[in-house]
Amino acid sequence: MSTLAGTLATGAAQGCEAGAGTRQPLLPLVLERAEARARGKLLIGPVDLTLGRSGFTIVMGPNGSGKTTLLRLMHGLQRLSAGTIRWNLPEPIARKRQAYVFQAPIMMRRSVLDSIAYPLLLRGTPRSEARARAADWAVRVGLGAALHRPAPVLSGGEKQKLALARALIGGPEILFLDEPCANLDGRATREIETILLDARAGGTRIVMATHDMGQARRLASEVLFLYGGRVHESGAAKGFFAAPETPEARAFMNGEIVE
Amino acid sequence: MDSILQGLGQAFWLIITFDPDLYEIIAMSLRVSLSAVLVASAIGLPLGAWLAVNRFRWRRTTIAVLNALMGLPPVVVGLFVYLLLSRSGPFGVLGLLFTPSAMIIAQVIIITPLIASISHQAIRDLWAEYHDLLISMNATRGQRIRALLWDGRRALLTATLAGFGRAIGEVGAIMIVGGSIEHSTRVLTTAIALETSKGNLEFALGLGVVLIALAVAVNMTIHGLSGTERAPAW
Amino acid sequence: MKRSYSLLRAFAAFLSLVLALSAAPARAEVMRMAVTTSFENSGLADVLLPAIREDTGIEVQLVVVGTGQALRLGAAGDVDAVLVHARAAEEEFLAAGHGTHRREIMYNDFVLIGPQDDPAGIAGAESAAEALKRIAAAQALFVSRGDDSGTHKKELSLWSAAGIDPAGGWYRPIGAGMGAALNTASAMNAYVMSDRASWLNFGNKSDLALLFAGDPALFNQYAYIPVNPALHPHVRADLALRLEEWLVGARAKELINGYRVNGESLFVFNAVSK
Ligand SMILES: Nc1ncnc2c1ncn2[C@@H]1O[C@H](COP(=O)(O)OP(=O)(O)O)[C@@H](O)[C@H]1O
Ligand SMILES: [Mg+2]
Repeated sequence: MSTLAGTLATGAAQGCEAGAGTRQPLLPLVLERAEARARGKLLIGPVDLTLGRSGFTIVMGPNGSGKTTLLRLMHGLQRLSAGTIRWNLPEPIARKRQAYVFQAPIMMRRSVLDSIAYPLLLRGTPRSEARARAADWAVRVGLGAALHRPAPVLSGGEKQKLALARALIGGPEILFLDEPCANLDGRATREIETILLDARAGGTRIVMATHDMGQARRLASEVLFLYGGRVHESGAAKGFFAAPETPEARAFMNGEIVE
Repeated sequence: MDSILQGLGQAFWLIITFDPDLYEIIAMSLRVSLSAVLVASAIGLPLGAWLAVNRFRWRRTTIAVLNALMGLPPVVVGLFVYLLLSRSGPFGVLGLLFTPSAMIIAQVIIITPLIASISHQAIRDLWAEYHDLLISMNATRGQRIRALLWDGRRALLTATLAGFGRAIGEVGAIMIVGGSIEHSTRVLTTAIALETSKGNLEFALGLGVVLIALAVAVNMTIHGLSGTERAPAW
Repeated sequence: MKRSYSLLRAFAAFLSLVLALSAAPARAEVMRMAVTTSFENSGLADVLLPAIREDTGIEVQLVVVGTGQALRLGAAGDVDAVLVHARAAEEEFLAAGHGTHRREIMYNDFVLIGPQDDPAGIAGAESAAEALKRIAAAQALFVSRGDDSGTHKKELSLWSAAGIDPAGGWYRPIGAGMGAALNTASAMNAYVMSDRASWLNFGNKSDLALLFAGDPALFNQYAYIPVNPALHPHVRADLALRLEEWLVGARAKELINGYRVNGESLFVFNAVSK
């Protein structure tokens, strides 16, 4: 895994840099008075927020504060009930240039290789090329020895790595991750962080929910602190970690129970 | 008890003596039922998947109708197909009545709802699992259905084999539209009905044993070819 | 657009597959004849069909059904000829123009079957009507086809000749074919009326025995009717005529009169050659 850093950057970059001159950027993403409801009940919002062109945004907040819902809302998995969400590009194009890693990885009933290759097949990449690139990615995330194992039998950490490779293989411009390391040990967590930093270096915008404070400090360039379904506090990582402005954020950072 | 033993003995005797009439009947049974399963699967599997994946106004009604059709008495299907294919019916000019094609058509109508319904249930569960991932990956409707059909192939194989089981054991409909004509459209089930009507109960039972053996053989062959029931269940 | 084309192609491939799977080798001289269950059960067909093939080159495919359905098949043009035994229904069929003409071929007879110990005592009856009266008087179990077949119609006409309207717990119409009726009677140890051929060939007699036969009222005339090609141009009227010629000829006479089951002859050839 130590050699990963050098090779990782290219994959994520392929998608965005190809024809960078002619290609319209996907970001910024702007949410205005955005709300999500389930059967009338307000889950989150109203949310006003702008995601800039680059950076690593960490979404924090107590359980139930709306992290997952916000990520799903931005990615288009959660229906918008009120307000607007605007990409810099028309919605159908924007949908194609993003990826999402779920908190509980969804494993297709296929081999590791075919699972990672699947997003490429969806966009019409020839099977042999898709397989070759998938094998490449499997090696990058440390699944080189498991290419032909059925994905559903992998361990928790291996599943997360597979999900990550599958999300990154298409070279997304923005990647959403929902607590990808929640159930992993320290070593697996570090491996995933390395992959994420490399992707970021390659130009991928990252938005990730976590409640691992150490991880947040290691990765964040920007923090969104959610509380009660709203963005309670946000700003550059340095400032936030040095001195949170709101008492709730401060309490949360100190490991106190925030209701 | 005696009759049952005699039936088993008859079955064994028929098989080892390579009775040519028996093999002709077996071949016709297989030809009709396998063709019907092929056609019904090609309609029923995608239909089941489509119903699992799409939300539309008449969805619940469609599923209810499908489930109800599973209980359709084969004789009614037979009559319906007879009226369609009869020389005085709308498709009479095709001259299909009392041919294997007519039997295949009747069986397709009988087993398609079964295959569609079982596959719908299987695909619905898989879709619940895959939903977020496939939406996230921006898969088109067709791509979603293809992924679900492929990844759900074991469950779908079960649906197909259930369809085969119903087809090969069906007698009411193919009796009406096939006529059970000797050396032409006679299959195992209609031969069993015929022998029973002649009071040859042991012989009929023997044919029944052959029928079950055949169904088991087909199931095992298909499981063997597809590698199911061997690879880890996932 | 592209997708719908590939869908179409898939469907076409599929259809051709079905056709390939179901296409039967074409045979030159094949005709279909609807016959009654009782005729098929007699086993006579197994003797006649090979001889017909040998002499005329015609392969006769038998569709074995009840009389009512046989005539329906003829009326619809689904068979080329019918061989049945229900005089009144045959006349109706001809009157409606469904058949060209009716040709009597042979007759067999019906017999009354019942428990060996004959609780109603029909074995000594003078006539069929008398036998039925005794069954009704004894309220002995009687299984009726109840399926509107030629045999069933015959049975009803015998009851009415006996002046009895059969009803009550002892009379059991089952709505099924001859074989099923015999199996039921065998299981219930009941009386039943059967054609002689079905009875002789029946393999599940258990305690049943033939108790009464021989009354001319029980005779059962078989007639051959070619389906009218004026109504159904596709029927093989030519083959139907050649078959008729054979059926009324010397070889048929010899085979029909000579056909025996358990040493008993079943049919009497009575076609008149023109
Ligand atoms: N489909 C839903 N129906 C009802 N309530 C929901 C639904 N999804 C989420 N919620 C509620 O919305 C709130 C935010 O949930 P979530 O976004 O999962 O929080 P987090 O990820 O920060 O723990 C929670 O109170 C949760 O119970
Ligand atoms: Mg969450």
